[in-house]
Amino acid sequence: MKINRRTFVGAAAVSGALLSAPAVLGQTRPRVVVIGGGAGGATAARYLARDSEGALEVTLVEASPVYTSCFFSNLYLGGVRSFESLQHGYGRIGDGVRVVHDMATGVDPVARVVTLAGGASLPYERLVLSPGIDFREGSVPGWSLAAAGIMPHAYKAGPQTQLLKAMVEAMPQGGVFAMVAPPNPYRCPPGPYERVSMIANLLRQSNPTAKILIFDPKEKYSKQALFEEGWGLHYDGMIDWIGPEFGGGDVAVRPDTMEVVVEGAAQKVDVCNVIPAQTAGRIAALAGVTDDSGWAPVHPGDMRSRADENIFVLGDSAAQGDMPKSGFSANSQAKVAAMAIRGALTGSRVFPARYANTCWSLIAPDDGVKVGASYEPTPEKIASVHSFISATGEDAALRKATFEESLGWYAGITADMFG
Amino acid sequence: MRWGAVAGVLALFSVAPATAEQIGDAARGARLFGLQCAPCHSVGPGAANRTGPVLNGLFGRRAASVGDYDYSKSMRRMGADGLTWTYETLDAYIANPKALVSGTRMSYRGMAEPTARAALLAYLRDWSDRPRDIPEAEPTARATAPHLPPDVLAIEGDREFGAYLAAECATCHQRDGSDQGVPSITQWAPSDFVAAMHAYKQKLRPHPVMQMMAARLSSEEIAALAAYFATVR
Repeated sequence: MKINRRTFVGAAAVSGALLSAPAVLGQTRPRVVVIGGGAGGATAARYLARDSEGALEVTLVEASPVYTSCFFSNLYLGGVRSFESLQHGYGRIGDGVRVVHDMATGVDPVARVVTLAGGASLPYERLVLSPGIDFREGSVPGWSLAAAGIMPHAYKAGPQTQLLKAMVEAMPQGGVFAMVAPPNPYRCPPGPYERVSMIANLLRQSNPTAKILIFDPKEKYSKQALFEEGWGLHYDGMIDWIGPEFGGGDVAVRPDTMEVVVEGAAQKVDVCNVIPAQTAGRIAALAGVTDDSGWAPVHPGDMRSRADENIFVLGDSAAQGDMPKSGFSANSQAKVAAMAIRGALTGSRVFPARYANTCWSLIAPDDGVKVGASYEPTPEKIASVHSFISATGEDAALRKATFEESLGWYAGITADMFG
Repeated sequence: MRWGAVAGVLALFSVAPATAEQIGDAARGARLFGLQCAPCHSVGPGAANRTGPVLNGLFGRRAASVGDYDYSKSMRRMGADGLTWTYETLDAYIANPKALVSGTRMSYRGMAEPTARAALLAYLRDWSDRPRDIPEAEPTARATAPHLPPDVLAIEGDREFGAYLAAECATCHQRDGSDQGVPSITQWAPSDFVAAMHAYKQKLRPHPVMQMMAARLSSEEIAALAAYFATVR
């Protein structure tokens, strides 16, 4: 018995009809430009080049010569992983990918040209945008990017992450660490709560009388029962979560005096990690594919922008439905988009889209938990079809196995992204 | 690794027959144990770990939980994932060890005949601390090994489709066969791959991520993945 090929022929015909621009004829190979070398962009570039076997000209635009993964950066903050272990170069991504280390500063969607800060122009037949997040100015009154050196966001991994760790290590005995948590939707839903877990792990050893305060505008958050159980078990009394009922939704900051202002009452803290509200990475707005929400709506079947049929948007920047904004999601979406682009430009087979995500979080060393789901496209959105979450009360052996599995996943996804 | 034994996999398709009061003929089980298991395992008074772990108190025990026995990484992982030895899981394991625990070191190709397995399990139950976990009468529905009709095994996998589907696996399972934290799935005999994936799909294997991933895979898609992974270098 063979696969029912009619399914695929049908899918290919549909995408062919929707993508009005035919594969480019002539001497030059069809050009695909990918902006953003993270979990979405690096994966897309690598899969496009590898699977098209030279039929496509693939260019990856990434400002940084070294990628520092946001996933697992909390483990660095917690002292259980080195900073260097988060860093990856582009040297093994494959000969078929031309990597350009420059900043994309504009997109002309009519002429189909990307312009770079260095002055170069990159024409494309298809453009893949995977620029991650940017921060919404003014979402936390008193905070701006200019204050990030005093109150770090550390929500794009790199020097900000190192700065935050240094600040935590320099806290006075019995000092206060405050986090201003973001409203939905934002990158890595369990991320802020894994972060305080890891900071508590660091402080437990060096500064056991320190306090951690989370000011949160959300009524509830990802893996809440698991985190609350773990905080009680490992860090009893150290972490206080202040939800909207107690003022977590009415927070301003004063970087000059290192104060957090909750419902008008100022409170001095020693370290303040502000994770602002977020939007799609700026280049998505410049390309004209975002809407009033600040995110870029995409077709659920292939991650193609709803605003521009030649542009695909992956990962955090995309508004696609039920998938969380995570590296795993971006990697999963990249493979679907790469398949669709290759199908449109080279006539290769196009299969039905499918997506998956799993988010592992570390509550304490060897105490790992996970949440995940599989997804399929519907006409309206990418919809969750199956899901699971770790249970409270799991034994230590299972939690350790979950953590070890997350290490395997990290090795797997980074190999999948960078070769 | 190749644990081929198509005969062993085929054994999974047969359904355990109804037995009357007892789950099986324990006397026959004792003879089978002596012939097929005793070279490596011991059970009863004075039993100890040998090539295989001691089998006293087996029913109701978590896989890989005999403290001083050096289990395979694969068996330890299944234990950590929650695999517990019950009538159903033991029946599946004895029918085809590798279909339930891929990397088990037990070099036993499986016991095809359902009544023989029932007899063996009846004998082992006599040395279990928790005989209440054993059904005394035939249960109405017994989930044993993955139910795989012959036409499912006969599907010829579409390798190109498998290569696309495999991209989803590669987020965790490395194509170069690395197995730190997440097991390797390359170079498997297709029949083993198919049996393992259906065991997840039917929730015989306990891992939640794999149950979720397998839940939406059709038999054709599993065959396609098997065809692809069998040939990844």
